[in-house]
Amino acid sequence: MDSNKAATQLLTESQITALENAFKAGDVEDRGVVDAGQVQFIVQQVLGDVLTVSEVRTLVQKGEAVGAATGVINLQEFKDLLIDLLHTTTTRWGALQTSLDGYVGFDTVLEQQRKKFLKKGFEFNLMVVGESGLGKSTLVNTLFKSKVSRTSCTNEPPQKIPKTVEINTVTHVIEEKNVRLRLSITDTPGFGDQVNNENCWLPIYDQINKQFDKYLTEERSVVRRKQIPDSRIHCCLYFIAPTGHGLKALDISCMKKLHDVVNIIPVIAKADTMTIEERDAFKDRIREDIAEAEIKVYPSSLLPEDEDVLQANAPIRKHLPLAVVGSDRALTINNKSILGRQTKWGFVEVENPNHCEFSFLRDMLLRTHMQDLKDTTHEEHYENYRRQKLSEEGNP
Amino acid sequence: MVLRTETPPAVTCVDKELNGYVGFANLPNQVFRKSVKRGFEFTLMVVGATGLGKSTLINSLFLSSIYEDGKYPAAGTPNKTVKVQNSTVYLVEGGVSLKLTLVDTPGFGDAINNTKCWKPILEYIDSKYEEYLNAEGHVNRSTVVDNRVHCCLYFISPGHGLKPLDIEFMKQLHEKVNIVPVIGKADTLTPEECAEFKANVMKEIENNDIKIYQFPVDEFDEEEEAQDLQAQLPFAVVGSNTMLDINGKKLRGRMYPWGIAEVENPDHCDFIFLRNLLIRTHMQDLKDVTNNVLYENFRCNKLAAVTSVSLDSKLASSNRNPLAQFEIEKKEHQERLKNMKAGMEKVMEEKVKEKMTKMEEQKNELKLKHEQALKHLEKMKKEIEAKRAELRDAQKAFDELQLASGVTVNNSTSSLNSTKDKISGKKTKSTKKLF
Repeated sequence: MDSNKAATQLLTESQITALENAFKAGDVEDRGVVDAGQVQFIVQQVLGDVLTVSEVRTLVQKGEAVGAATGVINLQEFKDLLIDLLHTTTTRWGALQTSLDGYVGFDTVLEQQRKKFLKKGFEFNLMVVGESGLGKSTLVNTLFKSKVSRTSCTNEPPQKIPKTVEINTVTHVIEEKNVRLRLSITDTPGFGDQVNNENCWLPIYDQINKQFDKYLTEERSVVRRKQIPDSRIHCCLYFIAPTGHGLKALDISCMKKLHDVVNIIPVIAKADTMTIEERDAFKDRIREDIAEAEIKVYPSSLLPEDEDVLQANAPIRKHLPLAVVGSDRALTINNKSILGRQTKWGFVEVENPNHCEFSFLRDMLLRTHMQDLKDTTHEEHYENYRRQKLSEEGNP
Repeated sequence: MVLRTETPPAVTCVDKELNGYVGFANLPNQVFRKSVKRGFEFTLMVVGATGLGKSTLINSLFLSSIYEDGKYPAAGTPNKTVKVQNSTVYLVEGGVSLKLTLVDTPGFGDAINNTKCWKPILEYIDSKYEEYLNAEGHVNRSTVVDNRVHCCLYFISPGHGLKPLDIEFMKQLHEKVNIVPVIGKADTLTPEECAEFKANVMKEIENNDIKIYQFPVDEFDEEEEAQDLQAQLPFAVVGSNTMLDINGKKLRGRMYPWGIAEVENPDHCDFIFLRNLLIRTHMQDLKDVTNNVLYENFRCNKLAAVTSVSLDSKLASSNRNPLAQFEIEKKEHQERLKNMKAGMEKVMEEKVKEKMTKMEEQKNELKLKHEQALKHLEKMKKEIEAKRAELRDAQKAFDELQLASGVTVNNSTSSLNSTKDKISGKKTKSTKKLF
């Protein structure tokens, strides 16, 4: 009876009747129950052909789970299953939608949001990790087409290797077509450069957790700001040296320590060292190493994904790790100013997809996946941290 | 006038003309022939982190596949210790045979904790020196095999400068083996970056007092050549064993989408310099330096340790630089002086202390005596006072007596005086008796 009440609260009369009708239609033998495998077809009848492949798959799995004992599902269970599906996993109600008589105009909510966001501005926090001399600062400068890296901004004596891993953050506000982005780049000089690199990942790990902690305290405080300043690291670019042999032990151990707290995107630095065949062979080896060590790189395949996300992520996965070349110097060829590196035997064009995969990385990072990176950080990594922290406090 | 028909007497005309040629100008040829028969030996060691192109470079240098491609250790199984592997190849060219030993050091700098990763390498070099030392000391010395490491190519990863591991390694090994620093995978650097990097590296090498292999100047007819080589240090090399067809010419190089990096083009990289140095011009010099300087150092240290004369070994180790030796001696002398001075000062202090304590004691003693004497005096004084008081009483009594008996004042006074004296004499006598 309870669930019935719940059903009446969530769905309207007509919707419940539609469900029951569909159920009865599927229940040819009038037993009051329906085979678990039939659920898919009944749902198709009710909603129409609106569910995606992955959603159908989850539905079938759930149906089989529910009817595991007997192999059949009764009306109540079916209703519960559907309610669950309609309210949590999908917004596609298909034939169960209520129809509109005219133009209401709530589709402008997108525009309203956009205006709000423009006023608020966006934040993005990027971290670069790798040994010294791999071209991290140059790549960051190339990505954002301005001198935003640590070595370009501070007046330190250049390229002095510190004795311990330091964390340096530089913040810039850049603007493009009225969209303001507050970009902060966290650099880790001294990583992997010492003779003994045993705990060089520790400062990075601590820094990431510190930012999570800051956010958590803000969130939990009684009087808190309207917009919590987000200093959490959204993305970590891990630079792999172009040895051509595979991942180093240091790379594997560090990525394993960090993949649970931050989105890691591995990149092959100084990719102009390798010919195309060498590069492909190297990538294969790295992918093998990553799979063997079970490192979760971004985009994570563990999250449920629907069609378009899968489609968007597939080419990235094929090209991971991305082989990049950075340059903040441009040469004028044929009246066009092209970014690249001039060597004695040729000119390496940074934005040419035949030469290196920099444009790929830039598109992924800035043009398509920036919001997703932020969301993953907030929904997955931050939630993990929060859960851990709160359960620790609950059970001291 | 001498008739032409006259022949000089007693000189027989021989077929061979005596033209003053003795024949020792042929000696180099003899040496040459002997060494060619014997063949040459050369041991080359390559050290560097994985993936810097060491094997490819060796293959390119000697134009043969000494190292096979594709044998890379998986990163999941890191070498816990650095291994030292050597492989020997016999190469023949133009009738000259070369026994080339290549020493490889897989696993160097690969672990997360790389402290002491140079230790196996150091031990290997020392063991080879020891082998040679023992072989030299044998009764039968005809077959002394020279397995000592003649040259060590140290691969530096291109970036900004030397890493702490590089500096540490070179510091440990520069006195044991000829180090030639080399920049691996140099096709990653543009010409400006290359020049900057080379300058950085050489500056750091100088700052850390690392003695890399110096090219001897006097051997060259033109000094410029040697300086050229020196200026190119560290050599930025690119290795490749694949032949490419460029405009009909067969060249070794690496094919990129944006161009072809030629290995043997001096504009593109310093491979030619390195090859010339190692093989064509300085191979013998490397061997000589190893034999005369580095090996001698080792030998000196070893034998000196055996005879336990520690000073000698200190002197021997700075064989290379007589000025440095001077400095060491001077320092030692100063040390000795300092020690002596410190010793003497100590002794003086002790003596002074002793004296001071003695004086204190004496002072105390005197004080005590002084007090005692004072006390005694006080006692005496009191006694005298008591006696005086007695005398006065006695006098008074006597006076009264006199008055009572009516004796004249004059007589009495004079008699009093005399009696006084008598009494005082008596008193003194009696007091004396008291003593």
